[in-house]
Amino acid sequence: MHEAAIAQSVIEIAEGVARRRGSTNVRKIKLRIGEFRGVVGDALEFSFQALKKGTLAANAELEVETIRLRVECRNCAGIEVAMDDFNLLCPRCGEPLNITAGREMQVEYVEID
Amino acid sequence: MHQVVANTDILEANERMAGRNREHFKERGVYVVNLMSAPGAGKTSVLEETIRRLKNDYSLGVIEGDLMTTIDADRISALGIPAYQITTGMVCHLDARMVHNALHSFKVDALDLLFIENVGNLVCPAEFYMGEDLRVMVYSVVEGADKPKKYPIMFHESEAVLLNKIDLMPYAGISMDELCRNVLEVSPETVIFPISCRTGEGVEEWINWLKQRIASSRAEERSG
Repeated sequence: MHEAAIAQSVIEIAEGVARRRGSTNVRKIKLRIGEFRGVVGDALEFSFQALKKGTLAANAELEVETIRLRVECRNCAGIEVAMDDFNLLCPRCGEPLNITAGREMQVEYVEID
Repeated sequence: MHQVVANTDILEANERMAGRNREHFKERGVYVVNLMSAPGAGKTSVLEETIRRLKNDYSLGVIEGDLMTTIDADRISALGIPAYQITTGMVCHLDARMVHNALHSFKVDALDLLFIENVGNLVCPAEFYMGEDLRVMVYSVVEGADKPKKYPIMFHESEAVLLNKIDLMPYAGISMDELCRNVLEVSPETVIFPISCRTGEGVEEWINWLKQRIASSRAEERSG
């Protein structure tokens, strides 16, 4: 359940943005989270709702954009691999695949009053 | 109302603290290994075996992470090695701040090699960098062959996987090929060492590899 730690960091980042701009109310926080990070959306939302009370983000909604895992082979053209059959060896040549997307864990933007 | 673009890494505060830990270790010439696994895979037994084989050549220390008790730190202390127990309460992983706080009372100045035994958990520890040089995972054969597929991230983050308890292979009902294939599919560059802490089989190979890693890290430091 490290989603609590993640939610806490998200709130602190959003509060930092609000304070620097002299705002006392965060309306929305937009996250970008890669498929290949150990984050469970429901658990994150649950933690966020519990932890935002009493902070500048008390009224904020959380939007999470999930970034699909993308991989490419050093030898072959780009290939997409689905998470349910996670295999980082190229199905064509057997070489290790490089992850090009799906490892993100970012606050993209914050909406404040 | 206005929108402020942040593009900030959510774990940035942890990364920053981990960077400070790393500087602290580098200044003192301490090589740091983060040891991760599910509960019961044998991290502490691996440490005991590793310590026995390294303690004449290196000055060693261990930071132990558990939710509760000092049982693991007591096991390490019994080998004559300085050990510090972090009890996280209900937190399921160690993070950079916990290690930073431990360093206030646990002095690493005289150490060559520090092991940080993470909380037993296959998910969360993989996300929290603490300033270590090397991430190693212990995966016991009795956990079943599907663990890398179910928990790919920690395997992917580990440079070496110690496939532990191979003395129990006859009872595990799976083949070594299948275990290794599943690890390599989620983490193609990982080095696998099949070992048994009970019989000592394979432990020497792991030790030699670790020694090489420490030596090449030192060579890199010297060449700047």
